[in-house]
Amino acid sequence: MKSGGSLSIWFFIGVSLLVNGTLIFATGIYEIVSPPANRVVLYGLHANIWWGGVLLVLGALYCWRFSPARERKRLAENS
Amino acid sequence: MAASTLVRLSPVDLVIIVLYFALVLAIGVYLKERANTGEDFFMAGREMTAWVAGLAFLSANLGSLELMGWAGNAYKYGILAAHWYWIGAIPAMLFLALVMIPFYHICKTHSVPGYLKLRYGEPSRALSAISFGFMTVLMSGINMYAMAVVMRVVLGWDIHFSIWVSSITVAIYVALGGLRSAIFNEVLQFFLIWAGALLIPILGLVEAGGWSGLQAKILHNLTELNVPNPGAYTHMWSTLGDFGNNPMGINWVGIVFGLGAVISMGYWTTDFLVVQRILSAKDLRSAKLAPIIGAAFKMMVPFIVILPGLLGLALLRDPHTGSLLRLVPGDLAWSDAGRAQGLHGYDEVLPLMLARYCGPGLLGLGVTALIAGFMSGMAGNVSAFATVWTYDIYGALINKNASDESKVKMGRWCTLLGVVVSIGTAYLVMHAQSIMDYVQALFSFFIAPLFGTVLIGMLWKRATPAGGFLGLLAGTMSSVGMYTWVKLDPGAVKYVALSMQAQDQAQNMFRALWCGLICAAVTILVSLVTKPKPDAELTGLVYGLTTIPHEEHASIFHRPLFWGAVVALGFVILNVIFW
Repeated sequence: MKSGGSLSIWFFIGVSLLVNGTLIFATGIYEIVSPPANRVVLYGLHANIWWGGVLLVLGALYCWRFSPARERKRLAENS
Repeated sequence: MAASTLVRLSPVDLVIIVLYFALVLAIGVYLKERANTGEDFFMAGREMTAWVAGLAFLSANLGSLELMGWAGNAYKYGILAAHWYWIGAIPAMLFLALVMIPFYHICKTHSVPGYLKLRYGEPSRALSAISFGFMTVLMSGINMYAMAVVMRVVLGWDIHFSIWVSSITVAIYVALGGLRSAIFNEVLQFFLIWAGALLIPILGLVEAGGWSGLQAKILHNLTELNVPNPGAYTHMWSTLGDFGNNPMGINWVGIVFGLGAVISMGYWTTDFLVVQRILSAKDLRSAKLAPIIGAAFKMMVPFIVILPGLLGLALLRDPHTGSLLRLVPGDLAWSDAGRAQGLHGYDEVLPLMLARYCGPGLLGLGVTALIAGFMSGMAGNVSAFATVWTYDIYGALINKNASDESKVKMGRWCTLLGVVVSIGTAYLVMHAQSIMDYVQALFSFFIAPLFGTVLIGMLWKRATPAGGFLGLLAGTMSSVGMYTWVKLDPGAVKYVALSMQAQDQAQNMFRALWCGLICAAVTILVSLVTKPKPDAELTGLVYGLTTIPHEEHASIFHRPLFWGAVVALGFVILNVIFW
């Protein structure tokens, strides 16, 4: 689904997941280096690292797959 | 900021929340250039794919208190709350996709009241449009207030700050980009809701020791608290043989016929808030697939809503005493006395679980999920309101010769007006909370009869304009009558809901069932003695007079019927597993 120009809704979603995933992943790494005083339940599972990583990878995939350049190329091929 | 809040946000959490607001506004600004005609602004150009329309259809329903409210209901009523996601949604969504969508799509209506105009005439449209328009913005305001209260309790945010910031953001992006902007943001919000909420059930099940461990802990905790029939909290059907066997005070008749056959059918097939997303689909196949895609994801929503409520029952303990934490009704918990005692309301169970597992970053994403839920619901309300007001009230009753350009202008102003009325309602409720109950009841009065009127109109060509209008009116008035009767004489609940043990939800189910039947009976009887419309005027609107494109040429994997059957099978399996 295209928007005003060549940006797909899925590209916006990719950007959101990529940025959030990066921030959460980086926070998880920082917590390993500098453990917090008040820890959440199941802190030892380091959910922010693997969940942030999942979001980061998913976001990167969406950004690549639906990037404006690829979309323009695909549209040109179809037209 | 309040002195004591449920969660404390770190700088990275605030960055995530601020980035979310920036992105939704950027989408609205970016799409402004594609909202210049009525079709663009109100119908998103009718060019949405099945996936976009389907996810927006579901996301618009994940409104302000959908996440927290139903997690709270799961804590209060147990797994019975999942009925609102399965039998209370899936059959209706599949029915919409496979039976009703062809008529909505082929007649190219802009709205559900617009369909009533084509099928029955102006009086039915006017009754439906006026009731829907006003109830939608009132409900939006009530949800806004309820959300702001929870944000104050959970995050310590000022109630005025929550109301104004979130509603102004929604007003900007919907007024700029119209339905397309609302839909794009709803899809984004759908992803953020899952990204922010999915971790809670995953970590909760790890802590509880899986589903069997969760069941055992709930049974143990509720037995310790002397709750009668604690097994009913983890079984969906086995305790519905009798009103007194389950915490909701309902039996299977109310769930199957009241919820499954009337209320959910009314909501998912005729509430324009959700149907508008489907009308934006680019072709009939996409329009039929969209509710099926929505249904597939709807079946999974209990994982992020109901399961956290059940996990709260199993795992939450007072951090100071170590004893079981017992949540209480919100009005008690959020009163001055309740807050002084440190009580927590049912609707706080999801934020409590969020705070339990989510550290910096994840907490920001979780709070973003809650805000996204609120904003997607509100955007759905105001975009639907703007369409119904512009086409079915302004264009039909006030300025019949309005140009397309003036309709778009009116739509933008209506979006802002809808937000302003919502904010006004929120402040009204703030000063007189009993209004909340009455408006919620008022909204429910119109849902069940509207379904009866639309369905009979689609499937029976003999239904007449007089029958449709009087059936809708009789159904609505009978619902109002039953509600008033029970308010004046609480003993009447044994007639309306068949049992004195019926709780509020059970009463709603039975009231919907009776008024739906009354609507159908009046529509049929009046139609039999009044003059029907000629067949030529019903082409494209009624079964038997509408040519519905066949799908024989499409492969089985491209047919909506096949995917509808797959979702139906999943629905049956889930109900059997959690019987």
